[in-house]
Amino acid sequence: MMPALLEVEDLRVEFPTRRGLLTALDGISFAIDPGEVLGVVGESGAGKSMTGAAIIGLLEPPGRIAAGQIRLAGRRIDTLPYEEMRKIRGREIGAIFQDPLTTLNPLYRIGDQLIETMQTHLGVNAAEARRRAIEWLELVGIPAAAQRVDSYPHEFSGGMRQRVVIALALCAEPKLIVADEPTTALDVSIQAQVIALLKRLAREKGTAMMLVTHDMGVIAETADRVAVMYAGRIAEIGPVREVVRHPKHPYSVGLMASIPPLDRRVERLAQIEGAMPRLSAVPPGCAFNPRCPYAFDRCRTERPELLETDATRAACWLYDAASERHVAGARAHG
Amino acid sequence: MAEQIVAGPTAAAFAAATEAARDAGPAAVPAFAHAAGAGPMLEAEELARHFDVSRPLLQRLFAGEARRILRAVDGVSFSIPKGTTLSLVGESGCGKSTVARLVVGLYPPTRGRAIFDGQDLAQARADSAQRRRMQMIFQDPYASLNPRWRVQDIIAEPIRAFGLVTDRGAQRDRVAQLLTQVGLSPLDGEKFPHEFSGGQRQRISIARALSSNPEFLVCDEPTSALDVSVQAQILNLMKALQRDLGLTYLFISHNLAVVRQISDRIGVMYLGRIAELAPAETLFTTPRHPYTRALMEAIPDLDMTGRKRIPVGGEVPSPISPPPGCPFHPRCPLANDRCRAEVPALLSARGTPESVVACHAVEEGRDHIEAPLAVAAALS
Repeated sequence: MMPALLEVEDLRVEFPTRRGLLTALDGISFAIDPGEVLGVVGESGAGKSMTGAAIIGLLEPPGRIAAGQIRLAGRRIDTLPYEEMRKIRGREIGAIFQDPLTTLNPLYRIGDQLIETMQTHLGVNAAEARRRAIEWLELVGIPAAAQRVDSYPHEFSGGMRQRVVIALALCAEPKLIVADEPTTALDVSIQAQVIALLKRLAREKGTAMMLVTHDMGVIAETADRVAVMYAGRIAEIGPVREVVRHPKHPYSVGLMASIPPLDRRVERLAQIEGAMPRLSAVPPGCAFNPRCPYAFDRCRTERPELLETDATRAACWLYDAASERHVAGARAHG
Repeated sequence: MAEQIVAGPTAAAFAAATEAARDAGPAAVPAFAHAAGAGPMLEAEELARHFDVSRPLLQRLFAGEARRILRAVDGVSFSIPKGTTLSLVGESGCGKSTVARLVVGLYPPTRGRAIFDGQDLAQARADSAQRRRMQMIFQDPYASLNPRWRVQDIIAEPIRAFGLVTDRGAQRDRVAQLLTQVGLSPLDGEKFPHEFSGGQRQRISIARALSSNPEFLVCDEPTSALDVSVQAQILNLMKALQRDLGLTYLFISHNLAVVRQISDRIGVMYLGRIAELAPAETLFTTPRHPYTRALMEAIPDLDMTGRKRIPVGGEVPSPISPPPGCPFHPRCPLANDRCRAEVPALLSARGTPESVVACHAVEEGRDHIEAPLAVAAALS
């Protein structure tokens, strides 16, 4: 069996603050295979973007990895010194962020940014890099690429810039792409173009991708597997079809049910009462227990690990053999 | 029954649309239409708003440039019967937020006018008794609440400004009642906005908007900054408030799924104009304008039917130099010479008379509604 390209094991990220230590991510474990797209969803503050930042080694200080490991193709990367990690970023891990304006340097021509990236990471000469830069721009659907290669970022529209950012992330042919809300700033018609592009490139180049977004529609269309995060932990992880259609964790169930359907009008949308706890006030036991309609005593004291369900893994005591009794009770009520 | 009074070239189309909506059954008949007499809550007549985005005069003279006019909204007409929700959807830059600001008088129109409950909006705005009846909810609940004020003062401000309740104790009771109404605790009034999450802040914005007992609420992307589970809470709250208080909503959004849940009628905007205006169900079951159809086909599919999506090519042109003819023609697979030359009028659509559509292809019957857009293009 081929080893996973990216392995995250028991990752914990902490923020020391004046009021004490905040645990932003806790016990995050997952793996991504070559060519696979893992979607990461959750509400703002659930830790999705921070997971991405930890992987590419760009955690905002004072945040730090306090425990766990991140391995890329078997090599540990979370302990690498800054300069080493800088080489890996770009060459082996490409990053795409939400806002294309902040990713592109406004003072450099589009082409030069691509050329510099390729010269740095691939060691090709200037002429070859320029040829490839035009090729990449064509590949991501920039019309008249041979002319536009010499344009500045401000001469492009939002959708075009985001395509340039994608070209920039891909041009060094990384093995892994961490894409944080790559389509959120885009309009729906442009969004569809960008998703189609990302999917095609991941498939053609065998690139693995971690796709962070709050848009379940984008995940459903793009991802192979999906991880649902809640309060800095993974609540459920599994094949996208299963998680979207038959979610097991009560939080995933609520999340999926609260998405307004496009194909019909419902009188009242399902809603999860309350709000996600702040990092400074994550309750003991399961972080979701105060909002969970199925919570029982064990949920309030003991934190669940990811447990096997039919097709996914969910951090919920309902799926523990020892809690079978309660499950029966909860289901009878539910 | 709401009487539609629309002037201008689209009048006939609107009359037809209203007629059809009347026949469409209970969905189109507002439960509260009787509440405040007949007549629509708000009408827009050929509303337009242009912005001068020219460079300063001297620079312009040196460069020999003409003025640059951005036509954010360029002739938009609609009418909102009392107790119902009209939504305007469209991509960024289509002018939907400008319309929202025009109908509450935050911008004066360049052309056309808005009529609030039978009275010209400009006059209504000058009268505080009328002004109190319209309120607005904004997208960003972080920017729209004063961080230095306690929640109770934020909510009580319209009450004080309009002099609705002067007694301090009665004001406190009213604020407590409003907080309860939007699902917060009366004790939350003591707190500051930063102590609340995004969803709770939007509840505070709604409580503030409701405090002057308005009848008409303009909601500019009220759930776009919220997470999906919180969005569901706010949408449910807004629907309940409409039911309980008989509110009329103008709802601005880019999210078609959200709009489907809350609207009676939906207008799809493109480059400062309405491309299509139809009852919500009709718009989703039989979208007519090629742009509406493209939008529907472009939305990511949660059901994973494996449907092959054909994204619309190209991008929204600049509203400073919109293309001649139909503004959508450069991206439209159905475009022909007429579309490139002549601006289409909003007309009642053949086959779905309750929809008004600004499209020559629909008018000429070469839009093949039964086939996907790309196929329709090949057929026509």
